[in-house]
Amino acid sequence: MDVRYAKTQELLYELKIAEVMRRELNTFSPVMTMSELRDILRDHRISGVPVLEGEELVGIVSIEDLIRWLSAGGEDCAIAAEMTKKPECLYADQPLVHAIKRFDESGFGRFPVIDRATGKLAGILTKGKLMEGVLRKLESEIEEEELRRYRASHIFEDITADYKEIYLTYDVPGKDFDRAGSASTGMKRNLKRLGIHPDIIHRLAIASYEAEMNLVIYTDGGVMEFHISPQEVFLRVKDNGPGIEDIEKAMQTGYSTAAHWVRELGFGAGMGLSNINKCADKMEIDSTPGIGTTLKIRMFTGPQHKPDGGA
Amino acid sequence: MKLAELVEKLELDVRTGAESLDVDVTNGYASDLLSDVMARANEGDVWITLQTHQNIVAVAVMKSLAGIILVNGREPEEAAVDKATAEAIPIMVSGLSTFDLVGKLFELGIKGS
Repeated sequence: MDVRYAKTQELLYELKIAEVMRRELNTFSPVMTMSELRDILRDHRISGVPVLEGEELVGIVSIEDLIRWLSAGGEDCAIAAEMTKKPECLYADQPLVHAIKRFDESGFGRFPVIDRATGKLAGILTKGKLMEGVLRKLESEIEEEELRRYRASHIFEDITADYKEIYLTYDVPGKDFDRAGSASTGMKRNLKRLGIHPDIIHRLAIASYEAEMNLVIYTDGGVMEFHISPQEVFLRVKDNGPGIEDIEKAMQTGYSTAAHWVRELGFGAGMGLSNINKCADKMEIDSTPGIGTTLKIRMFTGPQHKPDGGA
Repeated sequence: MKLAELVEKLELDVRTGAESLDVDVTNGYASDLLSDVMARANEGDVWITLQTHQNIVAVAVMKSLAGIILVNGREPEEAAVDKATAEAIPIMVSGLSTFDLVGKLFELGIKGS
């Protein structure tokens, strides 16, 4: 089945009438006149209003009633004479799918909506409001949810193999502050398109940017390899030196070996590795002075991922 | 408050991202250390800094910041302008110092994260 269609159907069960109904109500008392009704419907461009006696719903009067009254001569009278008495109602906590069924069965253009707990009128539901509510919800949901769940899972679902992963690499030149950050910026966009959860993207973006800046600031360049599988995003960052003398010290916030001119640019604050550590679900670092450094970062995207992050 | 209102009330000069000013801003962060911003700024913050090179744009993109306000009348470097234009990130310039600008932002109801 078309996924969007399925999604809409799902929404009709998920969305409650309370979420889409009109809440700001013009209400009438039964003793008001039909000519007053005519003016209000015209001025507010609405097609029907509930009629209340005190707080009790006693009827509903609509543009159809008005037309009937006009074509019968339009002799002014109280609304009570023309309204639909004891109208059928919906409850605010019912799902939209129920409302749709009732619209279909009854042919009515609108239903008063009652709050089940208080028994009082809570709003009014028209087909227009219903449609508007669904569209609004669809718009926001499709963007995040669909992008996230459908696209990503789609790729991995459509391809069959015992082990699946998407492998993307970036060459990061050293000392090139003009291009610095472009690998991580590009990767963030990719991960969005792949439908990775926003929280994971957010944390990975930080970790990846810091790792990339480390390549730019301290090395003659290196490679960033992203492995995306249904279970995790794994990032390996490799360079050929100079290596880290004391990893424990380097992990401390504020410890930095960056050159003065680098710090002037706002880099080299001594927060990079500790930022990475905070954001990653798992982080490993191997370094040999004079040889190079390999940093491994893992973000779990499977059911075991921790949504609030941090290590 | 919309970013566009901040621009008007603080008399900021918009250098890039004029099409992205219709966003709500409730919080801000002020820092000149990029890693600090990466660590502590929150999505949707307006960022106050004196850094002008193009990496501020990368940081803003990575952190999904609402925009960047440069203080002391500092102008973004050309490469930063190009990048910010491509990414639709607003860069705005204020003649005020960080201290004065943040004070005014606070008066307008923009708070720290």
